[in-house]
Amino acid sequence: VIPTAFEYERATSLDDAIAKLAAAAGSGKVVAGGHSLIPLMKLRLSEPQRLVDIARIPELRGIREADGRVVIGATTTHHEVATSALLQDRCPVLAEAASTIGDQQVRNRGTVGGSLAHADPSADYPAVMLALEAELELAGPQGRRVVKAQDFFQDLFTVDLGTGEVITAVRFTPVRSAGYAKLYQRASHYAIVGVAAALTVSGGTIASACVGLTGASSHARRLTHVEQALAGRPASAETVQTAAALAPDDVGDVNEDVHASAEYRRAMVGVFARRALEAALARL
Amino acid sequence: MATNPPVLPKLVGQRIKRREDPRLIQGRGTYVDDVKIAGMLHMAFKRSDIAHGRIRAIDTSAAAAMPGVEAVFTGADIATFMKPMPIGTPFPSPDHHAVAIDTVRYAGEPVAVVVASDRYLARDAADAIVVDYDPLPAVVDLDQAMTGQPTVIHAAFPNNFAVPLVPGGTGVSADGKTVDDSAVEAAFAAAEVVISQRMVNQRLVPNAMEPRGVVAHWEPGKEMLTIWSSTQNPHILKSMVSGMHGLGEHQVRAIAPEVGGGFGAKINIYAEEYVAAGISKQLGMPLKWIEDRSEAFVATTHGRDILCHIDLAAKRDGTLLGMKMRLIADIGAYNMLLTAAIPTLTMLMATATYRIPAVRVLLSEVFTNKTPTDAYRGAGRPEATYFVERALDMLARELGMDPADLRRKNFIPKDAFPYQTPMGAVYDSGDYEKALDAALQASDWGGLKKQRDAARAEGRLVGLGLSMYVEVCGIGPSSTLPMGGWEHASVAIERDGRISATTGASPHGQGNETTFAQMLADQFGVPLEHVTILHGDTGVVKQGVGTFGSRSQAVGGAALHLAGRKVKAKMAKFAAHLLEAAEEDLVFENGTIHVAGVPAAKLPFQTVAAFAYVPVPLPNGVDEPGLTADAYFEPTNNTYPFGCHISMIEIDRETGEPKLLKLVAVDDAGHLINPLIVEGQIHGGLAQGIGQAMLEEAVYNEDGQLVTGSFMDYAMPRATDFPRFELSATVTPTPVNPLGAKGVGEAGTLGSTPCIVSAAVDALSGLGVKHIDMALRPEKLWRLIQGGQA
Repeated sequence: VIPTAFEYERATSLDDAIAKLAAAAGSGKVVAGGHSLIPLMKLRLSEPQRLVDIARIPELRGIREADGRVVIGATTTHHEVATSALLQDRCPVLAEAASTIGDQQVRNRGTVGGSLAHADPSADYPAVMLALEAELELAGPQGRRVVKAQDFFQDLFTVDLGTGEVITAVRFTPVRSAGYAKLYQRASHYAIVGVAAALTVSGGTIASACVGLTGASSHARRLTHVEQALAGRPASAETVQTAAALAPDDVGDVNEDVHASAEYRRAMVGVFARRALEAALARL
Repeated sequence: MATNPPVLPKLVGQRIKRREDPRLIQGRGTYVDDVKIAGMLHMAFKRSDIAHGRIRAIDTSAAAAMPGVEAVFTGADIATFMKPMPIGTPFPSPDHHAVAIDTVRYAGEPVAVVVASDRYLARDAADAIVVDYDPLPAVVDLDQAMTGQPTVIHAAFPNNFAVPLVPGGTGVSADGKTVDDSAVEAAFAAAEVVISQRMVNQRLVPNAMEPRGVVAHWEPGKEMLTIWSSTQNPHILKSMVSGMHGLGEHQVRAIAPEVGGGFGAKINIYAEEYVAAGISKQLGMPLKWIEDRSEAFVATTHGRDILCHIDLAAKRDGTLLGMKMRLIADIGAYNMLLTAAIPTLTMLMATATYRIPAVRVLLSEVFTNKTPTDAYRGAGRPEATYFVERALDMLARELGMDPADLRRKNFIPKDAFPYQTPMGAVYDSGDYEKALDAALQASDWGGLKKQRDAARAEGRLVGLGLSMYVEVCGIGPSSTLPMGGWEHASVAIERDGRISATTGASPHGQGNETTFAQMLADQFGVPLEHVTILHGDTGVVKQGVGTFGSRSQAVGGAALHLAGRKVKAKMAKFAAHLLEAAEEDLVFENGTIHVAGVPAAKLPFQTVAAFAYVPVPLPNGVDEPGLTADAYFEPTNNTYPFGCHISMIEIDRETGEPKLLKLVAVDDAGHLINPLIVEGQIHGGLAQGIGQAMLEEAVYNEDGQLVTGSFMDYAMPRATDFPRFELSATVTPTPVNPLGAKGVGEAGTLGSTPCIVSAAVDALSGLGVKHIDMALRPEKLWRLIQGGQA
């Protein structure tokens, strides 16, 4: 657990961070909480030559609501998300998911942007971002752009983030009637399977449903057949049960490792899809 | 006339907070990595990344050329000044070089050593070493290993047997050479019911909070070696290192500073310790090596890993008639200090708390291409407890008996002690029924059963488990331990009346700085703050054995008590002279020494102490000034603490996730010096016992790679995994030491593990489940619920 040699710079502003990354010409990495990157560096699985620390750039931190949208700065910690009164009131699913990450020490350091950029296939946030149809705000040498969460997660540890680009924030329309359910990997507390479900209900009928899945496959994805089976149906336990039963076949290839076989993971996708949907229903 | 009430309370038996903790929890302790010496160099090990192979070539040129690299040593270089490492058991053992020369036998085995000016450089240089291997097939599976397939790891050990077969139990002659099976066969022929089960007690990674580390400093001008190490036994380290390097023991000083947990894995004297000392001597420079966490997973000995085929013969009323146990230990690639002896403790304790008239135990130990095993908290005894208690649980279920009733029917009765078991142990004292009754009462066993049944009626999978245990602790006398089964202590009353004491026990979490000070404070009637307990430095502590096998209090505490008694007797002579009284009339109390019944005739403790160092005149009957004494304590026997643990578990029907709802532990460790520290020890033991039952597992793949080699994959238990522990004690003193204390460091790992697995089996018993191997992984339980294989 000794990393290779690297240089460290602290950026004072977003522009400064982008300039410093550009100067590193591809051999630099952004660090904020360091809870994804530094363990990899200690194992020498990642050997960046320069770290650009964005943790103390004020404009990248904090949770705010504007024009009906919630914006969370990239360097906001899991602890801040988990304990945000705004989120607990307006979008409890995200606070709840954040509270299940790692342990308190991890939550005190780890950040939203770091987790999303790293895109561990078992991370919790990606499922929630998909369910909330969140958008990621990125900034880089070519300027700023916005990517939908659905398009951001591309493959195993692979996201739509260019060299020299930084996630600055994530934004979404808060949904109260949403839930997250997770089967813990008992060593890391990552998700063996994690499902986030957000429901919009009008007059007792599900107007729309968004269901995000993490842990089961190479990257977080939406369970579209489940979503379709929910839309237009009564917001009831029966609807949820029927729709969740489709989840295991909605995944495609399923991961297998020392913690869970593909068969078990697939079966758990159904269980946790139902539990997430039940939690969403309970918040109506 | 009223006498003055005592100002100082008696401290033994009080719940006093550990004196060690303020410095440790504030980061003010001095661990090995805090030791810094001017000019100190840093070592890093290049380790094998394959489990088995021949070394064709090692290219160290790139590493040697790196600026800041002082030296690079291959195994062949090291072998020019170091012989193979010794072991501490009488079993035959293959040569084990500290750094591999031509063959590697487990992933993580050292193949080269780098010495550099800083730790980072040393690690970079180790990475720059290129080793060319000719890979050999890895032996990972125990059953395969015993057929010599796919390969034999040590040529002189056919079919990979490190220990081919040791018989024990009824009808085995003292030399083990003749075995009469007739009684065992008769027991099974007469049986009305027989239980047979294959059980695995899985491999565990000890994972002390502080990994290992060593600083070695050879001073050429003095011809003295000082070695700091994160070890449980600095005196053994001193002897072993001096023997390895051709030094006299008077030329080596070993220091165990703060040690952040050992759990048995820091008893062994390791390659890194020998190598650090050897290279420091070669270079004439101080050296440091600190194990990193990834290394600790593969380079520090593992624990447990033993397979058992158990058969129980009984009558339908529950009376045990006989037992057969076939034990096969997977010891990994080499014999370490105590490796081969650990499974013999499983054998010794095979009959647990029960009268079993006919017993046959057969033990084999097998090499595989894995990290070697050695002691791990409980070391052999949790394995025995697990196998017997699980089998009894199966028998109770088969007979439809309450598991408590079955145990009660077969206990060794309390009037049978000392009790000679068929395995050769002599249990010192015990009252198993008392512990069982205390646990049944503390847990409200009848009420728990109702709760369980009510939960089941709602469709929930809830189960109860109960386990007895007895372990062998207070390791001694010398016939049971090759390094000696005694402990040493010294007590010095300083000139100002303060007390400095030393102990050869080397505590690393046991709290002896507190408990030993409580004892001395009471013995001399002085405040706790006036007593210091020194330990862990062979330059300060003249002799010692160390802390393992739950022996520090029972053996080390007893030695300290004896040393204190000697000093007190001498001090009484000085006081008697000054007070013009008889020694036997003196009372040590409240920081004074006074004459019994004459409160006015008293002197401050420190006045007598000061006089002892300037005795003008020297009192009659006193040969020399001063107030110091040494003592050795050699117990007449081991101690055998015992207890009863009860748990309740619920398994999620949909996911297989287990949740421990309740854990009740009644432990009998004899007299308790400090119940708060005892409870802390039990909490830690329970955490590790629960960890084994539910979470922990060293999983190797078929190539011999440790798949669960980091905390991302090796599940350590956390506070959130536990219910509130419900502890209580019964007290059955031991007659083998003057304190009546038995030892408690390992107890928690014994009863908890089988009672949790039995609770899980109980929860799934409606599905026909009879046994579940550990750990209780959710998927494993889910498959049982789905009706898959057991």
